[in-house]
Amino acid sequence: MRLQIPLAIILVMGIFTLVTAFIPAKPIADVNQLLRNWYIGIITFFIFLGTFNLARVNINKIKRRRRDWGYSFILLGCLALMLFLGFYKGRASTEEGQPFMYLYFNVQFPLGATMYSLLAFFVTSASFRAFRARNKEALCLLLAAVIIMLGRVPVGTAIWKGFPSVTEWIMNYPNAAAKRGISLGIDLGLISMALRMILGIERSYMQ
Amino acid sequence: MKLLVAIYVAIVSLVLFDVGLIQADTHTPAEPDSVKIFPPKITALKDTPNDAGTSIDILWELSPSESLFPGAIIEYQIFRASSPESTFERVGAVPAGVSKFSDGGTEPGKPYWYKVVAVGDSQQAASEIAGPGKSVMQWFDRRRKGVLVFVILICTLIAVFIEVAKAKKGKMFLRHLPVFDAIDEAIGRATEMGKKVLYIMGQSDVDDPQTVASMSILARVAEKTAAYGTKLDVPCVWPMAMSMARETVKESFLRAGKPDAYKEDDIYYLTSDQFGYVAGVDGVMMRDRPAANFYLGAFYAESLIFAETGYTTGAIQIAGTAMVDQLPFFVVACDYTLIGEELYAAGASLSGDPIQIGSIRGQDIAKAIFFFYIIAGVVLKLAGINWLETLLRLD
Repeated sequence: MRLQIPLAIILVMGIFTLVTAFIPAKPIADVNQLLRNWYIGIITFFIFLGTFNLARVNINKIKRRRRDWGYSFILLGCLALMLFLGFYKGRASTEEGQPFMYLYFNVQFPLGATMYSLLAFFVTSASFRAFRARNKEALCLLLAAVIIMLGRVPVGTAIWKGFPSVTEWIMNYPNAAAKRGISLGIDLGLISMALRMILGIERSYMQ
Repeated sequence: MKLLVAIYVAIVSLVLFDVGLIQADTHTPAEPDSVKIFPPKITALKDTPNDAGTSIDILWELSPSESLFPGAIIEYQIFRASSPESTFERVGAVPAGVSKFSDGGTEPGKPYWYKVVAVGDSQQAASEIAGPGKSVMQWFDRRRKGVLVFVILICTLIAVFIEVAKAKKGKMFLRHLPVFDAIDEAIGRATEMGKKVLYIMGQSDVDDPQTVASMSILARVAEKTAAYGTKLDVPCVWPMAMSMARETVKESFLRAGKPDAYKEDDIYYLTSDQFGYVAGVDGVMMRDRPAANFYLGAFYAESLIFAETGYTTGAIQIAGTAMVDQLPFFVVACDYTLIGEELYAAGASLSGDPIQIGSIRGQDIAKAIFFFYIIAGVVLKLAGINWLETLLRLD
């Protein structure tokens, strides 16, 4: 029963979700919306679980003086501060100008943007490795990349006016064809995976 | 000197104009007396097809003023009432030149009356009241009948091949991917080096099939790490995925006969913030230097940051995602990559379960059918027949 009941729920919900894609009728759409609301409720509950887990793992790390335990101390301090600032004024805490939002926009947001900006350097280093012409295929890749880069910047047009149109052709035909081929495979794999889950064949997460 | 002053004044004026301190008079002049706004004429009130019965399409003939006095009409406002005598409420507006509006706030079966008002700069003219119009609830979205046929076909194929695989008891051929051997190789290397294995499930929660696919690969990876006695580190983005991953790893350790080696804290929640998570995982990579990194699931902009950081630490890297735009990054920076559908198939293939392998064979046959469908579609299109092209179109 420990296995059968969850599998039965998956079967019913899986078939119901599939049906909602083809039946627009209001009663079905309403039940679908209700289920989505339940899912949001469950996610909200799990956020508490996640926060609790984060605190427990880091408290244990400090207690046992594991390597780099100082970082855990900083993390818990920041977590406690943000929780306090987020709750102490209720909903008003998330209004503009409040300390919670001030820290969000002036600390967390720039830190995230800094991590994102690393991409520029990583794209350069990855491109340097990818575009080495070691064989015929790599040479094709290199040529295509050079043409596309030149077709997307003004200096490319200054060298030869045809670069933008060649770039468009590469993007619209060979590139789009390859992407659609992969997407088609992905969608079929997705259907197969969903069917395995609905039928209870794929259940590595609850054996 | 005068010339210089004139140039100076011109430049300053241009700058002030640019920053908006001097504003050009862009106000449209009032309508001349000769301009007259004529009313539009409602031609039809139709139920919006293939919906939940909550929308009515209103169609009208454009006001003659549009052609007589170009630019005189600014917009058409649509008003609705539950009877011709009751107060009309505005339900929306469309710009001049548009002669259709879908009112998405109706109740199925209830009658509604409408009027459309042509609005000019200082005048407006309302159409005659039209009605009643009713919205009707639909029980089947006819636009999707082609898709339904294909879904049934694919599901049937998969179900048939699952039965065939059962009958053949797992003797069905399936292409062996080099990445399957690489998983063992990577875990073996981590064991020899005495370092841990890092497993990233991507940015999505358990409602994304990619996360579920990743979970089934995690089951095999965890089983191997348990058998070899290697530490497995799984930082999670979503708490629900963390709970699921814990169950998966626990079961794998049980299967490997090492339930005591399972440590719950090795699968932990980090943060749900995208780049906060990136910073945390990069920190783990740089401090602990795992010997093998697995990136399997749904990834966004962080894919290359992970892969390049892992590359600098010298780890064996195995990636897989169905996010088409992130695939090139993984292909460039990782040692092995599961491309698109291979991510979904990997768990089933690694399990060796004949039923799961049968489902992949069914999927491959469906792919072959799509291949011939595309070729037939192109040939028919060239011959001027559009039937196959429109069969799967949703609009």
